[in-house]
Amino acid sequence: MSEKYIMRSSAIAARMLGGEMMIMSVKDSTFFTLDPVATAIWQAADGRTALSEIVATKICPEFDVSLETAVRDAEQFAEELASRGILRISDLPISGSEQSASVRPTEVQ
Amino acid sequence: MSLLAEMNDKALKLGVPISVHLDVTYRCNERCVHCYLDHDDHGEMTTCEIKGVLTQLSDAGVFFLTISGGEVLMRRDLFEILEYARGLLFNVKLKTNGVMIREAEAKRIRELGVEQVQISVYSHRPEVHDAITKLPGSLKRTIEAIRFLRAQGLKVTIANVLMSGNMADYPGVIALARELDVVYTLDPTITPKMDGDRSILSLNVDGSALDRVFHDPDLVGNVAEFCAPPPTPGEDIMEGYPCSAGHTFCYISPYGDVFPCVQFPLPSGNVRRQKFLDIWRGSAELKQVRAIRAKDLTTCSSCAHVGTCTRCPGLAYVEGSMLGPSTADCQKSFQRTGIPTANMLRHSSSQIGVEIGPLIHIQPLLDASAEAH
Repeated sequence: MSEKYIMRSSAIAARMLGGEMMIMSVKDSTFFTLDPVATAIWQAADGRTALSEIVATKICPEFDVSLETAVRDAEQFAEELASRGILRISDLPISGSEQSASVRPTEVQ
Repeated sequence: MSLLAEMNDKALKLGVPISVHLDVTYRCNERCVHCYLDHDDHGEMTTCEIKGVLTQLSDAGVFFLTISGGEVLMRRDLFEILEYARGLLFNVKLKTNGVMIREAEAKRIRELGVEQVQISVYSHRPEVHDAITKLPGSLKRTIEAIRFLRAQGLKVTIANVLMSGNMADYPGVIALARELDVVYTLDPTITPKMDGDRSILSLNVDGSALDRVFHDPDLVGNVAEFCAPPPTPGEDIMEGYPCSAGHTFCYISPYGDVFPCVQFPLPSGNVRRQKFLDIWRGSAELKQVRAIRAKDLTTCSSCAHVGTCTRCPGLAYVEGSMLGPSTADCQKSFQRTGIPTANMLRHSSSQIGVEIGPLIHIQPLLDASAEAH
């Protein structure tokens, strides 16, 4: 199985709200929310880090899941986000300007 | 409940200002007859100050950011501000008259990932539109701007403020919107000037014009449904809050003043002197606004329309009390349904003139999905 690289699209808006990531495509105004696992993958999608490494370093230590299962699910998730234009996915590292990952948890009252 | 509505509900429960309207200038290249703003620059926030505010808004959880004015392109640093805002991943909506948007500006707006652009159009006829803006050639420039933006694939909304001088032209603007493949919204209200001058309220359309608007299927869709008598309000309505102002939304002026809403001139703090979150959480004024429930309203709580009226607490505040009625909304509820409001029954008909009105957006028409919030 070939390695996958993912990078956040610049054509999205995003914000954390109560543990969920809200994402809206600025191209077609499609609105999504990501659960904590998907959020961790999305935030690490810098185009340079292999998806398997993201899963190994960001997902497996935090969530009770095997590496094999997590990589398979992550690839499926990445394909879905790519089909909606909010992630780029490639077999090679992706260069170019990624969207900022400066989405910090919102302080709540 | 839609996902977006769920997120709004969540933001309300968490006390997060999910949506902010930021005016970056009050300066303008048009002099619209109905405008409520003072166009002089009394000390706008600098680029650096605005960036600082945007960072704070991002940290506070703001997702939807409307950047408006004045005319936003009167600021030479507009694109720097937009770029910074997009770098913070806001969903940015831009409001403009479009006069200064040519192909290069449209391309830049698209490149920066602005989600939508709202442009004011008052008529499809230059002699009417330009007489309102007092800028000769403005309709031509504005329509060209819309074409440039659409050529970039950007979502554009035409905002058509309705007043006595252009009342007859809204069908022409709807047709223009269809031709340009953009969303159309109608706002049948004029608001008092910021300095308290109420003379422009004479531009408001009269009751019969409102009646026509509310019964036009091109604007409201299902007329019978839109104009149906209000259902008896239940406990959920009486315990509900009037609108998002101060709850999940607020307004920041070019001078850093924070208000519950664009139309709610209750000074609640200033981001030049205080941190935004300190204002959002600690302002006595915002807490006062948040405490209001429908059951607390002095007249409206006993009104049959309480659950369906577009009552604007900001306009009620301008009239004298944020707990009181907004007579323009009373007028609208009456014209829509034919059923007098509690406020109308309380007063003589002579006191129920259309003086001020809320920012009603009758969502019509071409693409209701375009309004994100």
